[in-house]
Amino acid sequence: MIMTYLEAIADAMRVEMRRDESVIMIGEDIGTYGGAFKLTKGFLDEFGSNRIIDAPISETAIIGAAIGASLNGMRPIAEMQFMDFITNGFNQLVTVAGTTAYRWSLPVPMVVRGPSGGGVGANPFHSRNSEAWFVHATGLKVVCPAFPDDAKGLMMASIRDNDPVVFFEHKGLYRKIKGEVPEGEYIVPLGKARTVRPGAHCSVIAYGSAVHMALEAADILAAEGIDVEIVDIRTLVPFDEASVLESVKKTGRAVVAHEAVLTAGFGGEIAARIADKAFQWLDAPVKRVAAFDSPTPFAPTLEKAVLPNAEKIAHTIRQVCSF
Amino acid sequence: MAKTPASAYSAQQQQELLKYMLMAREFDNAMLRLYRQGKAFGGVYSQLGNEAVSVGSAYALDRFKDVLFPMHRNIGGHFVFGQSLDQLMLNHLARKGSQMRGTDGTGHYADPSLRIYGNVSHLGAMIPVAAGFSLADKLRGITTVSLTYIGDGGAQVGEVHEALNFAAVHKLPLILIIENNQYAYSTPNSLEFACENLSDRAIGYGMHGVTIDGTDVELVYATCVEAVERARRGEGPTLIETRTMRMRGHAEHDDFSYVPKELLAEWSEKDPVETYITLLDKRGVMSREEATVLRKQILADMIAAIDRALEQPWPDAEEGMKSVFMSEQVEG
Repeated sequence: MIMTYLEAIADAMRVEMRRDESVIMIGEDIGTYGGAFKLTKGFLDEFGSNRIIDAPISETAIIGAAIGASLNGMRPIAEMQFMDFITNGFNQLVTVAGTTAYRWSLPVPMVVRGPSGGGVGANPFHSRNSEAWFVHATGLKVVCPAFPDDAKGLMMASIRDNDPVVFFEHKGLYRKIKGEVPEGEYIVPLGKARTVRPGAHCSVIAYGSAVHMALEAADILAAEGIDVEIVDIRTLVPFDEASVLESVKKTGRAVVAHEAVLTAGFGGEIAARIADKAFQWLDAPVKRVAAFDSPTPFAPTLEKAVLPNAEKIAHTIRQVCSF
Repeated sequence: MAKTPASAYSAQQQQELLKYMLMAREFDNAMLRLYRQGKAFGGVYSQLGNEAVSVGSAYALDRFKDVLFPMHRNIGGHFVFGQSLDQLMLNHLARKGSQMRGTDGTGHYADPSLRIYGNVSHLGAMIPVAAGFSLADKLRGITTVSLTYIGDGGAQVGEVHEALNFAAVHKLPLILIIENNQYAYSTPNSLEFACENLSDRAIGYGMHGVTIDGTDVELVYATCVEAVERARRGEGPTLIETRTMRMRGHAEHDDFSYVPKELLAEWSEKDPVETYITLLDKRGVMSREEATVLRKQILADMIAAIDRALEQPWPDAEEGMKSVFMSEQVEG
């Protein structure tokens, strides 16, 4: 069935909520209103106010209550209206959820999800890509799907996972990206990368919106005779290092791309792993394409300048291929 | 001579309340000695002077139905909920066999079989979690009272506000005790808040609130029984402020020279353990001599548990690299 990225996420949650009564949702305006992006439209009618819980504007209470409910046998999904607001519940995720397995040997089977990312003129406070923070926190799984089928399969896997998962949806992909999505139960295991385009000359390692930028870049470069392979890592924690190394050993070149800011981004970790474990196979330095180290600005000209795009990725691939 | 009023509670209840307070007192004394001997490391956070709060409140719950989210000065509640001296000592001394495998210490552990879920050092962080625990059972149509605590210092953290408001909106069976022991580390009440009673905040959340003397174990118990009954009737959370005095430093490294000596002298007259021993003696429920025998037995048990814990080795180093996740999918 053809679905948008947004419909695929909603479908995953609906299927899981029908299958498992312990799956509940807590968030702001998710009930009657159906969510700021209408992602949970119809959920209140189908599942009732006991399982679709409209919360006050209290990200700490939302995430904290989800942790408590998960310690008591539920599988809560906590919605951040925008992932930017996860900063207001940061302590709950990082201090409590992320340390529970280590300290208590107890599962915290919860998902914190919501729209992240820029490129839609939404200002510094509705555009952030903060996934790397949670990688560095330890104890949290981090998921960044790029396609509708993956969004569904990874969401179902996240709901069933016994660890806390931070699930970054890209709001720019919500209605822009459509694709074939399997109906009913469909699981994409966490920790498995996907080669979305095979190629011979250079590997692009990306996730989220940057996968689409890379695909566009590959089309541009195909006309120039450069054959690009694109590996979508899909999840940052767990990280499928083996698939990345395999691709780089095949092509001998690597460009790492993400929409989040450059410095201390997850791209730095990927580049370090490649340098450490595939050095002998490299024909050129590993290069990164990422956002300029600033908040995401409001005006279209500024935002375009700051964020990565297909042209910037293509430019970097050319540099790597002509090294 | 006026007769000492009879207690509303049975002799057995009174004896148990005293026993748990003595256990808390002797546990703190033991940790103090271990710290001075260099056998306990990290922070040693005493609850001296606050025993009536943790014991009286936890005693008001049904430990087979309700849940306890204790803070770092609530060791008495662990005993009320049936925790063994051995486990507590292994945790505090970070030895092999502790529930937390040496990853964390003090009372931070969780023991779901005893319905105890410990705290983290970030004050206020566990209050929304306690609310969520009760929320899950509310969705199942079950009333599970969550009892948790915060200090006068921690009560100023934003997370407390969100948790109380959320609990009030959803009428959750949550009891939060604000243990006002006068100082947040070195900061006195006057620099912490400007309201008269911390329980005055309850009205702003639409919940019941009360301030009581936290050195009177039967008063704490009675107040918490009321709160539990209110929660079981579906009337939502209760905020209780207990007034006590922190009779030691923030932790044992702290000489608390910033606390006026007269204040400590004044509160030592109200020592909750000594006061209750005297009261039970007067009531004829337990003589002073019997209390001394009980105390000696508790102390002997404590020393034996310490000896057993200190005989245990440190946890194996590889434990530090295990169980970051419940699933083992993550590779380094």
